[in-house]
Amino acid sequence: MLNYSLKRLASAIPTLLLLITVAFFLIRIAPGGPFDAEKALPEDIKANLEAKYQLDQPLIIQYVRYLWQIVQLDLGPSFHYRDWTVNELIAQGAPVSFTLGALALVLAFTLGTALGAWAALKQNSVADYSTMSVAMIGISIPNFVVAPLLVLVFAVTLGWLPAGGWSYSFSHLLLPTIALALPMVAYIARITRGSMIEVLHSGFIRTARAKGLPEREVIVQHALKPALLPVISYMGPAAAGILTGSVVIERIFTIPGIGSHFVQGALNRDYTLVMGVVIFYGVLIIVMNFLVDLLYAWLDPRIRYD
Amino acid sequence: MALLEVRDLVVAFDTPEGEVHAVNGLSFDLEPGQTLGVVGESGSGKTQTAMAMMGLLAENGRASGSVRFRGQELLGMSTQELSRIRGSSISMIFQDPISSLNPYMTIGDQLIEVLTHHRNLKRKAARQRAEEMLHQVQISDPAQRMRQFPHELSGGMCQRVMIAMGLLCQPDILIADEPTTALDVTVQSQINLLMDELSEQSSTAIMLITHDLGVIAGLCNQVLVMYAGELMEFADIDPLFSSPAHPYTEGLLKSVPRLDQIDSGILSAIPGNPPDLLSLPVGCPFRARCSYAFDQCSAHPSLRETEPDRWTRCHLDTLPKPTENKAD
Ligand SMILES: Nc1ncnc2c1ncn2[C@@H]1O[C@H](COP(=O)(O)OP(=O)(O)O)[C@@H](O)[C@H]1O
Ligand code: SF4
Ligand SMILES: [Mg+2]
Repeated sequence: MLNYSLKRLASAIPTLLLLITVAFFLIRIAPGGPFDAEKALPEDIKANLEAKYQLDQPLIIQYVRYLWQIVQLDLGPSFHYRDWTVNELIAQGAPVSFTLGALALVLAFTLGTALGAWAALKQNSVADYSTMSVAMIGISIPNFVVAPLLVLVFAVTLGWLPAGGWSYSFSHLLLPTIALALPMVAYIARITRGSMIEVLHSGFIRTARAKGLPEREVIVQHALKPALLPVISYMGPAAAGILTGSVVIERIFTIPGIGSHFVQGALNRDYTLVMGVVIFYGVLIIVMNFLVDLLYAWLDPRIRYD
Repeated sequence: MALLEVRDLVVAFDTPEGEVHAVNGLSFDLEPGQTLGVVGESGSGKTQTAMAMMGLLAENGRASGSVRFRGQELLGMSTQELSRIRGSSISMIFQDPISSLNPYMTIGDQLIEVLTHHRNLKRKAARQRAEEMLHQVQISDPAQRMRQFPHELSGGMCQRVMIAMGLLCQPDILIADEPTTALDVTVQSQINLLMDELSEQSSTAIMLITHDLGVIAGLCNQVLVMYAGELMEFADIDPLFSSPAHPYTEGLLKSVPRLDQIDSGILSAIPGNPPDLLSLPVGCPFRARCSYAFDQCSAHPSLRETEPDRWTRCHLDTLPKPTENKAD
């Protein structure tokens, strides 16, 4: 197991390197630069700044310097927020984004699996069809539509909740969490329903019934775990979905998380900040997928990594 | 009153193509300790007969008629009531032992839950009883096996586990649906031998379902021959083998591979196919494949008792003796 883990982590290095390289050059191709404000800076000051951040050097030198910096776990200074390093900005935004993302994931998984399992057990009933129709709609409406709709209804029209802003409180967390989780709830419900129906038709469920176990025990003891395995493997992509979703949601609800930094960084051509967030997201997704694989192996006795 | 009385059992499935008539008015009894073989080609309704008895039909299936266990009607019984009988008084094991066991649970847990559920045993006592049962089905090192998962065991071993599971509560009836069909030939005979020994040691009645008359020969006292969901012949094992009363039985016997016949190439499957269960023929269901068919066979034959405890569903009084010389 340890051996496998080390191998997995080693194989993540080329992935990350590729990610860093592509992102580094792509962002430089984008028109504009970090010091092209609306009010143009005098040429000599701009040249000074670019020299300070070594932007006047050949791109390939900048790239190699940047890589060396990354190896030392230093994401560099922010070009826009002059008193901040990117490490500091990410450290500051991370707890906010993490709270929101974790809540959305938990909500998506509990609600999604519960709805999906329920629909499967009531297969082909009105309850099943209505749940799955709503799920279909949920999947096809993206975050950036759901979020303003929620704001419109619950903040603007009903006035029950704030339209945005941030504090670690129920009222500030509720709408963004729901907006972030909703498409995922629907997707997970569909996965769960499908796998649950498949599992309920398998030989060992027939055996469990033939043994005389009550139906509740057949479901809980025998069907639930295998039915949830496909949902577990979806947790990797789900985490990635939460990251991209949070970029939009944090922006809409004016939440000071990493997603907001990312958008702001991109608008300001804050190269180091954007790169920092990209690398942070990349590492997060790699780690998440790794954890999911470990969890899966732990749940399925037929899989052993060694 | 017999231990189990099946009367006019009908099993039908709703499908997009129409109603599939899997079992069509089947009646038989099972007495304590009896070993009954149920034979018939694939698709003749053997499995669905057992599934109807257990209340395990697929969602699109319906059973009517009557299945009485110790006088208690099982058809239409609530799942809750049925679950007290399943696994405790009537057990069933299936064709594919590996997929019949839960791949995510240890063998031990799957055995123990039967006892904690039906016998209210504490886990420790249940574990001990389960290990004894594994020993009884000749599994070596039971304590070790209890900790293993199904994929770590061979198919034959899994079937032994299934048999042990079925016998844990000393049921009145054990239904074994093609228990060896999915296994290697050498393993098949080991499992058959085991079933034979177990049936002699216990008073459990066995209903052995198979498409292979050869398997039944060593194991059963009586044989029920099924075709298109109907009983074609019912007889004690010896008279059935020596002088089959039904043309279908005769056909099945001819297709049993026997050492003395394999070389001489006499082995022959019955030509043709079973009837379409979506629209059954009006007369004798076997007519299209029967070499003795005559005018009368366009009417559905009823069941006749030709000798005490010997039944056949055929318009012929007796089968003509085969003219060619048999190898034996
Ligand atoms: N759920 C179902 N829906 C439709 N037809 C079914 C279903 N289950 C079984 N059947 C049909 O019932 C017939 C009898 O099947 P079965 O009892 O399994 O035969 P066997 O004698 O081989 O065990 C077969 O033709 C099979 O296709
Ligand atoms: S009733 Fe007629 S067709 Fe049917 S088995 Fe007897 S002889 Fe053959
Ligand atoms: Mg069958």
